[in-house]
Amino acid sequence: MRDKRDYDDIPGTYVFDGEHSRKGYHLNMFCMSLNKDANREEFRADEKAYLDKFPMTSEQRQSVLERDFLEMLRLGGNIYYTFKIAIFDRLTMQHLGALMSNNEMTFEEFRDMMISGGRSVENNRSKENETQEYPKWQN
Amino acid sequence: MAKLIGGIGTSHVPAIGAAVDHGKQGEEYWKDFFTGIEPVKEWIKEAKPDVCIIVYNDHASAYSLENISTFAIGVADEFEPADEGYGPRDVPIVKGHSEFAWHIAESLIFSEFDMTISNNMPVDHGLTVPLSVAYDQPSEWPCRVIPIAVNVIQYPAPTANRCYELGKALRMAIDSYDSDIKVAVFGTGGMSHQLQGERAGLINRDFDERFLDDLVSDPAALTKMSHTEYIREAGAEGIEMVMWLVMRGAMDVDVDEKYRFYHVPVSNTAYGLTILENCES
Repeated sequence: MRDKRDYDDIPGTYVFDGEHSRKGYHLNMFCMSLNKDANREEFRADEKAYLDKFPMTSEQRQSVLERDFLEMLRLGGNIYYTFKIAIFDRLTMQHLGALMSNNEMTFEEFRDMMISGGRSVENNRSKENETQEYPKWQN
Repeated sequence: MAKLIGGIGTSHVPAIGAAVDHGKQGEEYWKDFFTGIEPVKEWIKEAKPDVCIIVYNDHASAYSLENISTFAIGVADEFEPADEGYGPRDVPIVKGHSEFAWHIAESLIFSEFDMTISNNMPVDHGLTVPLSVAYDQPSEWPCRVIPIAVNVIQYPAPTANRCYELGKALRMAIDSYDSDIKVAVFGTGGMSHQLQGERAGLINRDFDERFLDDLVSDPAALTKMSHTEYIREAGAEGIEMVMWLVMRGAMDVDVDEKYRFYHVPVSNTAYGLTILENCES
């Protein structure tokens, strides 16, 4: 286990440090492979068979098949890599933002939150001073 | 001798590239943004740099987790737009300046910055969006480009101070290049944004505005901030702001801020733009 880090208390944030990178290497390299058109076609034809080419854990494989983007982060995924799957699915970063908010936020709600100035840093700096668990954003 | 004529800070959000490529500049969502960046187009048309040194980060395009370079310089004659998963952006090939780039690489290494030297370096939105911001949609980019890629994806990114010091070494390399060319340096990325996790969508306008102020008058303050503070205050991906300090380090101690523009949102990100010139003595 790695030592405790001073960023561990930042809520809702998965710092892509060495531990994450080690855990997520094959998951991320699968994502990276989608930069190539031929690989995208192969993945489109048979997702499971394509994923079998990468020595990922069964949890990682499942998270990709289910498009559980938050779970991918927990399993070592990096957002710039997992975003390749979103591109493949023709989703934007705002779609992912809504999905990862983990509170049934819709794309429209996320978009409107951004237009209204984004998610405030107040009460989102540290797990210690969080007042609520990611309240659904209200207009 | 080569002359540094200005420093530009700009975010490099991919959605800006997509808006330009698909002619969305006039849409409600984009109108104010594109009006706000107009002055940088005017500035660069007037200043006409021969070479733009663009400090940016690659996003799993040229580099992957296979090899992670903290600082890399592109020394090739040409850099192809990268396929990031959509097919490559339909923008002109980026022409390098191999001779100048090699001069910079040598000079930086003798200044004890151990650069990775890249000949094969497809360039993604991190580099082509700043070009679109400055030059819009020309049939050819009107300048040569030297890419300097900084790792900000794998923790830890280089420290803010190291980036600032790299900028100072870059300035020495520019000043010692024996050719009468005009050079601009771009620091790109930021401003506050978090793409990942439950905190996605984080924006911190106060932090960004302080950063833009300090960038002009007290950059040393920005070099003392830890990674954790950047991540906590500006979001996990806000750490990209350290790349603006490379640009700032290349400028004189005293600079004039010619223009500033700040706009929220561009996609999930706070957009910032600054144009700096050295104070004429």
